[in-house]
Amino acid sequence: MVLFQPSRGSATGTVQSQPGGSRSSGYEAVRASRDFWTIRRRFGSFILPVCGLFLFWYFLFVIIAVFAPGFMRISVFGDVNVGLCFGALQFVSTFAISLSYRRWAQRRLDPLSDRLRHRLEGGRY
Amino acid sequence: MTGLAATGSLASATVGTPALNFIIFAFFVVVTLVIAVSAAGKNRSATDYYAGGRDFTGWQNGIAIGGDYLSAASFLGIAGIIALSGYDGFLYSIGFLVGWLLVLLLVSEPLRNTGRFTMADVVDLRLRAVPVRAAAAVSTLTVSLFYLLAQMAGAGALVSLLLGVSSSAGQDVVVAVVGLLMIFYVMVGGMKGTTWVQIVKATILAAGAAVTTIWVLSRAGFSLPSLLHHAAASSPAHNAVLGPGLEYGVNITTKFDFISLAIALVLGTAGLPHVLMRLYTVPNAREARRSVVWTIWLVGLFYLCTLVLGFGAMWLVGGTQIKAAPGGGDSAVPLLAYQLGGTLLLGIVAAVAFATILAVVAGLTITASACFAHDVYAGVLRRGEADPDEEVRVARITAVVIGIVAVIGGIYAKGIDVAFLVGLAFAVAASANLPSILYSLFWPRFTARGALWSIYGGLISSVGLIIFSPVVSGQKTAVGSVGTSLITNPHIDFAFFPLNNPGIVSIPLAFFLGWLGTVTDPRPADPVRFARMQVRALTGVGAERGGRS
Repeated sequence: MVLFQPSRGSATGTVQSQPGGSRSSGYEAVRASRDFWTIRRRFGSFILPVCGLFLFWYFLFVIIAVFAPGFMRISVFGDVNVGLCFGALQFVSTFAISLSYRRWAQRRLDPLSDRLRHRLEGGRY
Repeated sequence: MTGLAATGSLASATVGTPALNFIIFAFFVVVTLVIAVSAAGKNRSATDYYAGGRDFTGWQNGIAIGGDYLSAASFLGIAGIIALSGYDGFLYSIGFLVGWLLVLLLVSEPLRNTGRFTMADVVDLRLRAVPVRAAAAVSTLTVSLFYLLAQMAGAGALVSLLLGVSSSAGQDVVVAVVGLLMIFYVMVGGMKGTTWVQIVKATILAAGAAVTTIWVLSRAGFSLPSLLHHAAASSPAHNAVLGPGLEYGVNITTKFDFISLAIALVLGTAGLPHVLMRLYTVPNAREARRSVVWTIWLVGLFYLCTLVLGFGAMWLVGGTQIKAAPGGGDSAVPLLAYQLGGTLLLGIVAAVAFATILAVVAGLTITASACFAHDVYAGVLRRGEADPDEEVRVARITAVVIGIVAVIGGIYAKGIDVAFLVGLAFAVAASANLPSILYSLFWPRFTARGALWSIYGGLISSVGLIIFSPVVSGQKTAVGSVGTSLITNPHIDFAFFPLNNPGIVSIPLAFFLGWLGTVTDPRPADPVRFARMQVRALTGVGAERGGRS
């Protein structure tokens, strides 16, 4: 699956506005603009690795629980074992990813997408 | 309520509680009916009916999504699995939570930006093909009905446990009442009324779970290790309940069955139509993102509570008594509540569970009715030329039809393990819906043929494998007389697929078919449409916004 390949000529800077151009060519102009290229690059450099990471982390947990239950039973302190800690860490990582993504998106994605949307809606593409 | 009476210690509960439970149920029903009616006055346009006017804030919608998601399977089913098998129930709940990250990171914002009311809108914007919209509608309706059946099946068992209605006819009457109430919520309240019902339900569910959790912890001196110690000590399996394997580690088949379930849970959430549709009730993608973050916290904290409740029931009620009660594992939390707080707490927990079923059923009904009216009627039959008022009228009629189907299905499916049916609905959602959503949003070359292959391939393979699995036929009990499959006659056995959950096969197959259909499609994808899709998905241009933005 090819995700967010930077399109050819995408780094050539903001494309000239096309007054009177059709809606679809406006979209293509936006898609070729530097701001949009930046959004796609940021999307690809944060969201995709985080997706890969949490899926790997979750399936690691499942595979160990299924095929190495003995490891999960090792005591950490008293009746609390590795499995319970590992499970608790899944909760912690899920909470942490949700908050860090929200924070990251507000800082790194929203200003760019706002700017592009205003330009496109204002007919500047 | 013969099962409960037979357990002895609860004999008194069967006398005093049903009346009290009934009063608490009735109170909840009246409150939510008032909400549905008062929300109804503002239901004018299609946007009001399908998307609650897109006026809900992120946190309101986040709680409502939690209300839609936390079904009886979560509340009673997972705590029950923990009470009977320990750690394996915890494993189950983690799958239900982690799947939300996929919704948050890949699906929620692009979906909100590119669709109007349904998942089919998104695929249609990308591919503009009536057969694809029809396929997306078929899979949405299938998943909704599957999930609906799971909820209605649970309703009968729950009622027998909580209201003291032991006769089969009595349970049927209560299932019919659930159906009628839900038709009323959806028809009158539309999405706005349904959303408020979800918010009320999620709030009392979270409060009920939190109070009971604190109560259990107080018995263990507010020490989780001490709770675990007591629970393990009171179980015949002793410390084995604190580690994985009791439920899923029996043999290699159950191990792969659990992996299959885990794949379905983590990928299925992002394909659940009633969850996706809720993302359209907020003004913009940013609020949709906030909603999902709220949902993640609500769902996560709730599942941490079920861990305590499950081990609490193992300790304070005991596996023998839970297994003997009607509903088996599903009765663990009600029995625990009775043990802790007597008839009053049992009544409250019963009302919460009842509210849960009612609200989830309402959420599924509005999703299925919106899908039929918006996708099938307006999109396919009328080719997008339907009058919006007419469309909403069709949606209301569909809600009635679905309600009746759900009641009949609920009566026939009484007594089937609820949590487990939900796991199957997740597998169908992940197979039939998720690949085409992700491909539409992110893959430039995706074509209509790829979408059709992926949706129908995922749908047919997941449902087909369930039909030929031990779920439907051939599973025998230890005794060997009566089977535990849907077809209880142990001599009828056409199961050739060994696993209960089809996800491990059908989900990769659906992704593969989407790819194969696309690369072999003689008509290449339209790059302009993908450009439009991608720009709209990432910036929100052209998205219908709510009143507040």
